[in-house]
Amino acid sequence: MKDRERMEDRTRMRLVVVGHGPTAHRLIETLDARGFDGTVTVFGEEPRPAYDRVALTSYLSGKSVEDLTYPAPDGVTLRTGVRVTAIDRVNRAVTTDAGDSEPYDVLVLATGSAPFVPPVPGRDLPGCFVYRTIDDLDAIRDASRDARAGVVIGGGLLGLEAADALRGLGLETHVIEMSGWLMPRQVDEGGGSVLRGHIEGLGLTIHTGAGVRSIEAGPDGRVTSLVKPDGEAIDAQVVVFSAGIRPRDELARACGLEVGERGGIVVDASMRTSDERIYAIGECALAAGMVYGLVGPCNTQAEVAAERILDGPATFTGADMSTKLKLLGVEVAQFGAMSGALDVTYMDPVGGVYKRLFISDDAKTLLGGICVGDAGPYNALRPFVGKPLPGAPSDLLFAGAGKASVDLPDDAQVCSCNNVTKGRICEAIADKGLTDVQGIKDCTRAGTTCGSCVPMLKQILVKSGVDVGKALCEHFAHSRAELFDIVNVRGITTFSQLIAEHGTGRGCDICKPAVASILASLGRGHILDGEQAALQDTNDQFLANIQKNGTYSVVPRIPGGEITPDKLIVIGEVARDFGLYTKITGAQRIDLLGARVEQLPAIWRRLVDAGFESGHAYGKALRTVKSCVGSTWCRYGVQDSVGLAIALELRYRGLRSPHKLKSAVSGCARECAEARSKDFGIIATEQGWNLYVGGNGGFKPRHADLLASDLSTDDLVRTIDRFLMFYIRTADRLQRTAAWLENLDGGLDYLREVIMEDSLGICAELDAQMERHVSTYVDEWRATIEDPDKLRRFVSFVNAPGVPDPSISFETERDQIKPMLIPLEVTRR
Amino acid sequence: MTILDASPALAGHWIPVCPYTDLLPEQGAAVLVDDRQVAVFRTFDGALYALGNLDPFSGAQVMSRGIVGTRNGEPTVASPMHKQVFSLVTGVCADGSGVTVPTYAIRVTDGTVEVSVV
Repeated sequence: MKDRERMEDRTRMRLVVVGHGPTAHRLIETLDARGFDGTVTVFGEEPRPAYDRVALTSYLSGKSVEDLTYPAPDGVTLRTGVRVTAIDRVNRAVTTDAGDSEPYDVLVLATGSAPFVPPVPGRDLPGCFVYRTIDDLDAIRDASRDARAGVVIGGGLLGLEAADALRGLGLETHVIEMSGWLMPRQVDEGGGSVLRGHIEGLGLTIHTGAGVRSIEAGPDGRVTSLVKPDGEAIDAQVVVFSAGIRPRDELARACGLEVGERGGIVVDASMRTSDERIYAIGECALAAGMVYGLVGPCNTQAEVAAERILDGPATFTGADMSTKLKLLGVEVAQFGAMSGALDVTYMDPVGGVYKRLFISDDAKTLLGGICVGDAGPYNALRPFVGKPLPGAPSDLLFAGAGKASVDLPDDAQVCSCNNVTKGRICEAIADKGLTDVQGIKDCTRAGTTCGSCVPMLKQILVKSGVDVGKALCEHFAHSRAELFDIVNVRGITTFSQLIAEHGTGRGCDICKPAVASILASLGRGHILDGEQAALQDTNDQFLANIQKNGTYSVVPRIPGGEITPDKLIVIGEVARDFGLYTKITGAQRIDLLGARVEQLPAIWRRLVDAGFESGHAYGKALRTVKSCVGSTWCRYGVQDSVGLAIALELRYRGLRSPHKLKSAVSGCARECAEARSKDFGIIATEQGWNLYVGGNGGFKPRHADLLASDLSTDDLVRTIDRFLMFYIRTADRLQRTAAWLENLDGGLDYLREVIMEDSLGICAELDAQMERHVSTYVDEWRATIEDPDKLRRFVSFVNAPGVPDPSISFETERDQIKPMLIPLEVTRR
Repeated sequence: MTILDASPALAGHWIPVCPYTDLLPEQGAAVLVDDRQVAVFRTFDGALYALGNLDPFSGAQVMSRGIVGTRNGEPTVASPMHKQVFSLVTGVCADGSGVTVPTYAIRVTDGTVEVSVV
């Protein structure tokens, strides 16, 4: 009480923070946001202000210190490169190695942790490093220049990060882990072995159950090898210790604050140490009996301390240690408990997937789970930890989000892009009387960014008692599949006829493109013919992809990714002459960006003259059929994957569908073309071709399912014809084949019956529809530049056809253009 | 709204922009009025509307390239960038955010479309 009075006398509280890492940054940021009016002095021993340590490894792959550094807080005295050497609790001041002292009313210790370096002979040799700071990474990078190989000691989360970094620096990389498997804190033995398979597949060597006897130096005194207890020597010029962390509690110890038996400054639930004027937060604190090394809990501690400093009531009583991350390209997730009376396990060592759920002994309550290779169940199931199982365990392992979502608790996040919970969505449905997904989007922003949660939004609507029906939008009470049948059977050729006879109003941005796609799939003329032009999204309107500044990108078709030098030169010349930005796409083609609408016809005239045609990158249509180099060149190839890819791409080019279609052909089981991530993927066998369907990359990756094996080329093509046509006929608007297949009643078996055994008697019709598509295909761009009527729309301004849009401007980055955007002024009414 | 008599009270200086027949039903077109970009739309019934061409959400001058339709009978355009729907009559965004694009007076005189941005 006396202290408080004295403080009030001085009117402004003097806060001193020791340490300037991410946790200290969060503390300062929180205080600032809550209007803290005292003075803040921060001491950081590193020569630079706080930076994002979670993203540390990205520093080696090109991020700069500036990219990683947090924005500087206002009104804070920050002293970097200064170490606090002692705390005088009686006079309430800290002294520094700069020789001065700083008085405090409240002190926060955020000194972090130091990497633990086990007492191994040779651990101080030049070439040995730890992995914590930017300086450490600079030193590792320097040492790697003349190194062949490196060893990381410790196979936990951070150790694998470090291994990824060494691999990125071009070193042959080894990982040594004491326990029997990798990441023992996050996964069990089964998960560890699957993880190991992934990492060994990348060329890293893993030694588990192994220690280090010594680190040996060469004649120059630098590290040359590491010797294991069994005498095996590993060639290494760089050694990185990542064997755990130790809290930096030395200042606290020296001034008599209570510390834990195994280190860590003891704090109570308010993050206060045994001295009520001193707080400790982050990796130096022993809170709720634990030292937390994850950024989430540390941030929470910082927020609790900030609120306490402002006399608030917050407490920290432990944190959920669930983690979901991607390491070396592998998804790893762990939530809740890592053991239980019962468990359900799925292990696919070939596909590299491991999933295990832990369940209470009455098989009713979910206790936790581990995922490696596919973290799909994490988002859907984590909210259910400690709650009744939302479905049959085997369904939960595989179906993941889709089926479990309806019974999600209110605090479960449905839209992760915009951080919208199920509770918020249900509230909006009830309060605003929403009846459709569009309404949810408008009110909550859920589903407006990547759209992958839209099926979940629909299910939530149904569960809320809303009769969603199958209506496409307010203008049609029909589903897309029903509209397809209506257009097909009744021979409808225009949107106006369809909406007059089967809908209401004048359509919208949902039904117009959907109907345009149906008309195009059924071969009802060029997509810009007459009224059809008004149905198209801007991409289809201009046969190009709109970019953020209103310019468009141009993607010529390069079937199978095969291209002659002459054609490559044409693309280069066109890009140069029109000042376009060029980039190789993920689909083995070349994207030319930055074209204004009035430039598109001239660009395409050049491309068409050189033999190029539309790549349909702008359309809900076949994009590419990617291929590996195949048996023609590759010593492993068993079939001509390039030849097949080109044939398939030419067959299905221009085919309009409910969503984009991607494909790939691999010439052998090594699968270099990544065919199993495609809508239809083909992998060569000694006997013929295996056909996989329903794969997806993107936000919700899905491996394609094997539909048929060892097909001849003719059988393969016929099966793909029918698969595509059946999908086009029955899928919902914007439903990729992956979601379509998952929602298809009867699944893969039913699909086989329909398209391979003709159980519905529609195969002849599907074949005929595809034949019509193939025989009537024309290049959309050629047809456009040959038609003055269609060209009329390619102007920036109808009253000034020669004038380019003055709002479009570019700056230069890495010798190419990049859009310059004008700051926004938004009017609200 | 009739196309021949568009709120003359608001109108100051009429600027001819293009022949009425240059505008296609249910499509927009951008016009440059001094240094201001205006998106003009011809709806199915032949009516004309004019909005600012700037999409307030993306900052790009693209409103004229959106899909024209109706929402509960009111004519609308959806931004081609991120699909927010705006009333062609009031310029108000249907997402409830209150974001509004400017509307301008537009009319046809002797077959020529005229816009007033005053």
